[in-house]
Amino acid sequence: MSVLAALGRWVLDGLSHVGRLSYFMLDAARGLSEVRIWWPRMMIEAWNIGVGSLFIVMLISAFAGAVTALQTGYQFTGSIPYYVVGTLVVSSIILELGPVLTALILAGRIGARYAAELGTMRVTEQIDALESLGRSPASHLVIPRVLAGLVMIPALTVLANLSGVLSGWISVKAVLPVTDADFIYGAQYYWRPWDAYYSIIKAFFFAGSITIIACYMGFNTQQGAEGVGRSTTTAVVTSSILILVLDTVLTRLLLNQ
Amino acid sequence: MIELHGLHKAFGKQVVLDRVDFEVREGETVALMGPSGTGKSVLLKHVIGLIKPDRGTVIVDGKDVSKLKRRELSEFRSHIGYVFQNGALFDSMNVFENVRLGITDQAKYSDLDYCRQRITECLRLVNLPPDTVEKYPAQLSGGMRKRVGIARAIAGAPKYLLYDEPTSGLDPVNADIIDSLVQRLDDELGVTSVMVTHDVRGAFRVADRLALLSDGMIVMQGTPKEFLASTNPKVKEFLERDFDNPTLAA
Repeated sequence: MSVLAALGRWVLDGLSHVGRLSYFMLDAARGLSEVRIWWPRMMIEAWNIGVGSLFIVMLISAFAGAVTALQTGYQFTGSIPYYVVGTLVVSSIILELGPVLTALILAGRIGARYAAELGTMRVTEQIDALESLGRSPASHLVIPRVLAGLVMIPALTVLANLSGVLSGWISVKAVLPVTDADFIYGAQYYWRPWDAYYSIIKAFFFAGSITIIACYMGFNTQQGAEGVGRSTTTAVVTSSILILVLDTVLTRLLLNQ
Repeated sequence: MIELHGLHKAFGKQVVLDRVDFEVREGETVALMGPSGTGKSVLLKHVIGLIKPDRGTVIVDGKDVSKLKRRELSEFRSHIGYVFQNGALFDSMNVFENVRLGITDQAKYSDLDYCRQRITECLRLVNLPPDTVEKYPAQLSGGMRKRVGIARAIAGAPKYLLYDEPTSGLDPVNADIIDSLVQRLDDELGVTSVMVTHDVRGAFRVADRLALLSDGMIVMQGTPKEFLASTNPKVKEFLERDFDNPTLAA
């Protein structure tokens, strides 16, 4: 019985979050008309996300590309033509590793920061203060962060893809006798422009899940410093899980038709 | 005029306000006293629509606050200045930008010359030097942060000022400075004020009328003299904590 009760509570909690998240997003959408308010703040947030995350995103993607190439070299047998390495590295990075790794890094870096910032603003009554001044917290705080994420996370993903492919290209030459011409040929052989769009579409959805979840958790923070910590952790964990769920769903919907 | 009728609010199973009736007339300063955790701040947040009541009504100038639509609520709030307990200043903005946000008229907010003049004037009213505008909240003392919070609240020339524990956490000297400031602002600006406090001495100094909230209910409302003459055990107990000799308060 207690298991059933716990399950029931869990379902009700989940539904309550879905309802509140929907209301939160609707409220944020209403603030879109206040361009004068959110545009300058969005530019600052976009700069922070882009410049602040560029190094770590490219570094991790470069390592992912290198490891992919090295493992490919380890598994290679003489019966497979070398140009296939180019296909494997490019496809692995662009279809999966680039967008997913970038999103998971940014869930920790940007998601945690947004949840902690807004959570602190909530518990120190700064969000209440904005409302008391007749100003919309959505257009001052939520819209700039979400839109900056929607613009910058796909852009970072493109750069991460480039970094991963380049690093994989350089690394594979250390373990296999692959020429540049082989690698380029393999990369182009199975290449479809749709793969690049797919990568960006995934990044766009991941960006939405990171920024919206983080802002929602931050806005609903309660009980002081402990609450801020809880919101931050919940935001990172929830958006990370959502990224993996979305990854599966989008792969099914966009690639397996 | 602010009127609260049968206000009831509970968070989960905890009843914070229970059938509260309370009113503030035009031009007066009312201090809402009570021990910590009795729902004073919750009551004040109902007045500005930051919290919606479970039951009962909050009427300000004839408008039911909980029934106002988004834009109406935003317009309504522009007539009310709210001073938060710890200032609630925006960390990422300097004093100039913080106080500027208090200028709720959009045309005036966009006029930088007007803003500079108004912000200097508001800082003068709260006894802060003009060069404070460059500072960030982290560079200010607790008392200065509260004064900047008051400057922000008055920047939009509100009709009502709501103070949430303006002296809490301050030493007696700074608390006295804030009390004098509240009194002076009420006189100079002619606003209607509600001050939530558990500082009895400050409340007696500043307010025209007092109300005592205990266990979610208003125990008594009246003038300072009526409070001192009260035989209600809760009132006596509350006053005796600050006044060993009640006549000191007179």
